[in-house]
Amino acid sequence: MAEKFDAIVVGAGPSGNAAAYTLAKAGLKVLQIERGEYPGSKNVQGAILYSDALERIIPDFRDDAPLERHIVEQQMWVLDDESYVGSTYRSADFNKPPYNRYTIIRAQFDKWFSKKVQDAGALLICETTVTDLLLDGNRVIGVQADREGGAIYADIVILADGVNSLLAKKAGFHPELDPKDVALAVKEIHFLPQETVQERFNISEDEGVVIEMVGKITKGMMGTGFLYTNKESITLGVGCMLSDFKYQKTTPYALLEQMKAHPAIKPLIAGGEMKEYAGHLIPEGGYKAIPKIYGDGWLMAGDAAMFVNAVHREGSNLAMTSGRLAAETVIALKLQGKPMNSANLSLYREKLDESFVMKDLKKYKEMPQILHKNPQFFTTYPELLNQAAHSMLTVDGVDKKTKEKEIRNNFIGKRSLFGLMGDAFKMWRAFE
Amino acid sequence: MKVENKLFQNRYKVDTGHPHISIKDPNLCQNDCQTLACTVCCPAGCYTEEGNGKIVLITDGCLECGTCRIICSEFRNVDWEYPRGGYGILFKFG
Ligand SMILES: Cc1cc2nc3c(=O)[nH]c(=O)nc-3n(C[C@H](O)[C@H](O)[C@H](O)COP(=O)(O)OP(=O)(O)OC[C@H]3O[C@@H](n4cnc5c(N)ncnc54)[C@H](O)[C@@H]3O)c2cc1C
Ligand code: SF4
Ligand code: SF4
Repeated sequence: MAEKFDAIVVGAGPSGNAAAYTLAKAGLKVLQIERGEYPGSKNVQGAILYSDALERIIPDFRDDAPLERHIVEQQMWVLDDESYVGSTYRSADFNKPPYNRYTIIRAQFDKWFSKKVQDAGALLICETTVTDLLLDGNRVIGVQADREGGAIYADIVILADGVNSLLAKKAGFHPELDPKDVALAVKEIHFLPQETVQERFNISEDEGVVIEMVGKITKGMMGTGFLYTNKESITLGVGCMLSDFKYQKTTPYALLEQMKAHPAIKPLIAGGEMKEYAGHLIPEGGYKAIPKIYGDGWLMAGDAAMFVNAVHREGSNLAMTSGRLAAETVIALKLQGKPMNSANLSLYREKLDESFVMKDLKKYKEMPQILHKNPQFFTTYPELLNQAAHSMLTVDGVDKKTKEKEIRNNFIGKRSLFGLMGDAFKMWRAFE
Repeated sequence: MKVENKLFQNRYKVDTGHPHISIKDPNLCQNDCQTLACTVCCPAGCYTEEGNGKIVLITDGCLECGTCRIICSEFRNVDWEYPRGGYGILFKFG
């Protein structure tokens, strides 16, 4: 029989790297398989890195990780066709190390993380696609890879294979994803001189700005836009739910072009050199859409398990945390000499339930349904809000009280008073 | 900017002669599908409609997102695999 490992990890994204690193550090014999030429070559992110999740795995990551800028300012824009209403939060606190959030470039970051995994003792093979899980009845006993002699065996297989996660579907563990549970995001990276980035966003060296957007840029679809500052580049993109994309006629690239042409966005990227266009799915179904995440001989972490908090745009941190907890589950069972069966692996679910991963997903569990059923959050409200701001800020001889009344009537005209109250209540309940 | 110009910025290692995605039954696209969603939703414009409802799929610019597989939810008419190890899109930045 071929060589056998303690654990096989499929995928070298944040969840797979967190799992493989933790396992290898504990002395387990780990094989990690990645289909890309190098880790990161298939992966897409905004990208904001949340320090805490990584710190719990590699405490001194700041020493050599490829970090772009730490975030000192967060903006939230609600856009109409020609304008936006925005809020800004900037804090001197965000400028005190250790910093809480950074922009990163995923291809570079994943390579760095992977180096740590290999230094910890895991064996990584790239340019290799796992085509199937090897099963003995219902129990996963290894993987089949698209290489000669591709059958490889292990006590446990950790599926960290990202949002599409074909392996669990082929094995019959999961059904196909529902279009209402996934968003398609497209993004571009535009290079500009470092000084230009700093001038345009009023930041100094190493400081960064995050802009999150909702409104007309998604053409009525449930979705959001984003713009992040890197050291000498800007990434921006837009994402919408597939269930909405399906029944309209705007292509993802046209949507991105329209976003880039918005009068508030265009000057921010003017003169930049676009060096890459990427597209990727984000699993945004939330708590209710979480599939089976463990079974005999297997565990699942990260995007494959639907661990994304869409409200706060967090994914990589849930991926790293779930990868780490999957590894800790395996290590605990190994130490106790217990078999990797479904009953014992339920410890993974317990660990997740105690962590922010499940707690946060649970907290927002009603959010996806509410947003699906109430498109006014992406259409009517952004428009009304911008009209209101325009009216109040235009000095034209009309007194403010009359303007307030007009605005109020405008809101009620577009959506009944009852509807407005209901919406406020729904939002409050979803965030509560 | 057209999608071709966007894709031109990307790096690919194309597995010539081994497309990783295919349409299972072209007749379904031509006769039964109302939305032709793949032609709108693919972020790389890999699916085009020939005018008579016939769909042409060229996977060279594919970003491997999975949209076309999931969006064809009535017909499940898309056969979708990852490219062979090492082939396909190679994100420089991601
Ligand atoms: C546009 C966009 C913006 C985002 N912004 C943010 C953000 O700002 N902050 C944040 O925290 N999160 C963000 N996310 C989410 C975040 O990127 C994901 O949650 C995170 O990458 C999930 O990590 P993962 O390891 O589970 O999956 P992935 O990163 O997708 O990694 C899966 C890996 O498995 C490999 N693989 C898959 N199948 C196989 C196979 N059969 N054989 C071999 N290898 C395989 C893939 O090549 C890949 O390397 C964003 C996502 C997108 C798309
Ligand atoms: S959505 Fe599916 S059935 Fe419709 S044209 Fe595309 S591949 Fe064919
Ligand atoms: S996987 Fe994505 S990029 Fe590739 S053909 Fe399908 S929709 Fe287009």
